[in-house]
Amino acid sequence: MTVLVDKNSKIIIQGFTGKMGSFHADEMIKYGSNVVGGVTPGKGGSKHLDLPVFNTVKDAVNETGADASILFVPPAFAADSAMEAADAGIKICVAIVDGIPSHDMIRIKRYMRRYTKSSKMTLVGPNCAGIISPGKSMLGIMPGHIYKEGRVGIISRSGTLGYEAAQQLKNLNIGVSTSVGIGGDPINGSSFRDIIEKFETDDETDAILMIGEIGGPQEVAAGEFAKENMKKPVIAYIAGLTAPKGRVMGHAGAIVSAYGESAIEKVEILKECGITISKNPSVMGDTVKSVLEKM
Amino acid sequence: MDIHEYQAKKILSNFGVTIPRGGIVYSPENAENKAREIGGSRWVVKAQIHSGARGKAGGIIVCNTPLEVAQATDKLLGKKLVTNQTGPEGKIVNRIYIEEATDIEKELYLGLVFDRSSESIMVVASTEGGMSVEEISKEKPETIIRSKIEVAVGMQNFQARELAFGLGIEPDLIRRASDTIIGCYKAFSELDATMVEVNPLVISKQKQILALDCKMSFDNNAMFRRSQVSELRDKTQEDSKEIFASDRGLNYVSLDGNIGNIINGAGLAMASMDMIKLAGGAPANFLDVGGGATPEKIVKAFKLVTMDEKVKVILVNIFAGINRCDWVAEGIVDALKKIEIKVPLVIRLAGTNVEKGNKILKESKINYIEANTLEDAANKAVAALNK
Repeated sequence: MTVLVDKNSKIIIQGFTGKMGSFHADEMIKYGSNVVGGVTPGKGGSKHLDLPVFNTVKDAVNETGADASILFVPPAFAADSAMEAADAGIKICVAIVDGIPSHDMIRIKRYMRRYTKSSKMTLVGPNCAGIISPGKSMLGIMPGHIYKEGRVGIISRSGTLGYEAAQQLKNLNIGVSTSVGIGGDPINGSSFRDIIEKFETDDETDAILMIGEIGGPQEVAAGEFAKENMKKPVIAYIAGLTAPKGRVMGHAGAIVSAYGESAIEKVEILKECGITISKNPSVMGDTVKSVLEKM
Repeated sequence: MDIHEYQAKKILSNFGVTIPRGGIVYSPENAENKAREIGGSRWVVKAQIHSGARGKAGGIIVCNTPLEVAQATDKLLGKKLVTNQTGPEGKIVNRIYIEEATDIEKELYLGLVFDRSSESIMVVASTEGGMSVEEISKEKPETIIRSKIEVAVGMQNFQARELAFGLGIEPDLIRRASDTIIGCYKAFSELDATMVEVNPLVISKQKQILALDCKMSFDNNAMFRRSQVSELRDKTQEDSKEIFASDRGLNYVSLDGNIGNIINGAGLAMASMDMIKLAGGAPANFLDVGGGATPEKIVKAFKLVTMDEKVKVILVNIFAGINRCDWVAEGIVDALKKIEIKVPLVIRLAGTNVEKGNKILKESKINYIEANTLEDAANKAVAALNK
């Protein structure tokens, strides 16, 4: 099993013919991802990058058997596209786009409650780098070559900080099973807890590196879940020790507004949950290494 | 995006919330006339700045004659008010709101926010109005009542009634109170707000339920469909460097230290700031040039950071992914041809084509200190400061 995507995942690009969609579709294909087509309403029936273009996600699913999608749709239309994917039977959808209104994200999540657990799409993002299972498939915008194949799972809100971690691991000759960017927005499709739970049951993952930051309850919720339910070790780094209270730090979700949301408070709570803390961002790789050596 | 008290009141009154009579003025003469127009025998002169705790900072003055209203307005206009929320530089008062004074019987608290755990809208109320919600939760947590609203169906009357009864409001006023609460909910959900706070919500001696002070914030990501809200932006209340940044697609937050930062990605930017602190320094800013770190953005970022006189060292930390380090390095070299840097510059590149990138930097004639890891970069920036 591989978390969320593997070699067999059939991927469609929503917003296929746009500049972003075209560029990253090409990157994904070069990496070896199984991209089977794309959707741009009004351009159905044509070809783009030698692949079929469809008007609707349903058409794309019917014709190609697609089960994964990635959104490169402008923020104003992204909620609509995500719901379309869920309704067409897509199993995993990554929303790269930054700038979806929070009220729209809540609407998407309420919409998805109509599906039973087994037929519900997993939404990852928005405002994220996507998912990569090194050597198998990339459903995202990350530089694939910095990820070495291996057995550590990464979950990160930040894109570039996730890259930093993958690079540090690679420099120590440690590989990654799957890396998931859950994004920097206050309301997101999948939380740390959602993904950590998938890693716990993944037989290709031995340990999990969780890269969090200030704002929101999700790191703590994942820590509490890990304490109660997990056997695999979890290592965490929380960014934003120096961030002032009440200010948005780049990511819309990176704002401290309640107790337990600052970096120091999160670190304390995670420690109590038995999670190993990487004391600074320069030693994420070393911290993972020392945990692996003890296993 | 934040708006002023008087703007929030206008919005809420459109949703059925009762507010005291009042009007906005820009001069003492204006103020005197406005007081006569409003009528009555007592007025409150309120400085309009994007901050709470204005009363303690002298920004709210009660007056007994229209002449006093004019004098109070004269005193406040153009003044910089420093509250516990503005930072030491304070915020300038350009607008004054004149309001009839209210005979207060009881002060309540009402607030609406997103609850990130349940991904719904949370309505919070307390009988302890007039204190900040942080103070209430510290000193009188037992007075706080909450109601979680299912956004798909919106707030129901019974939920508003439960809150109103929970606040101990007398039976005759329950209907008005619940209409007020539902009005605030509708404003929140229909205008893409992220926060509505009425503090205090008062019951007057005349048995009216009035929003005496309010604050609203909105989701920047939704402003494309809320032109009437985005028109309310008041740039005089924002940091000039932050405006420069947001107009150019950069994410910037001004801070107190002296190490200027240029970084790609919000998480990496926060992480770099953490490393600076651990190395014994202090960041002058948070600056995310975006994951792509295009040469245009890098030029703009250098301009922005050099605008800040506090900056004594500049630290550039770019993790190049799809954009390669050689391309980023060319962007940096190009930027430094356009902008003169008078302080030490530390550059750390990582990711795709890092060797090529560092070679380009070395072969250019720019004066800089090369760093390899996050830690190395922070240590070198702090060391450069102490030289």
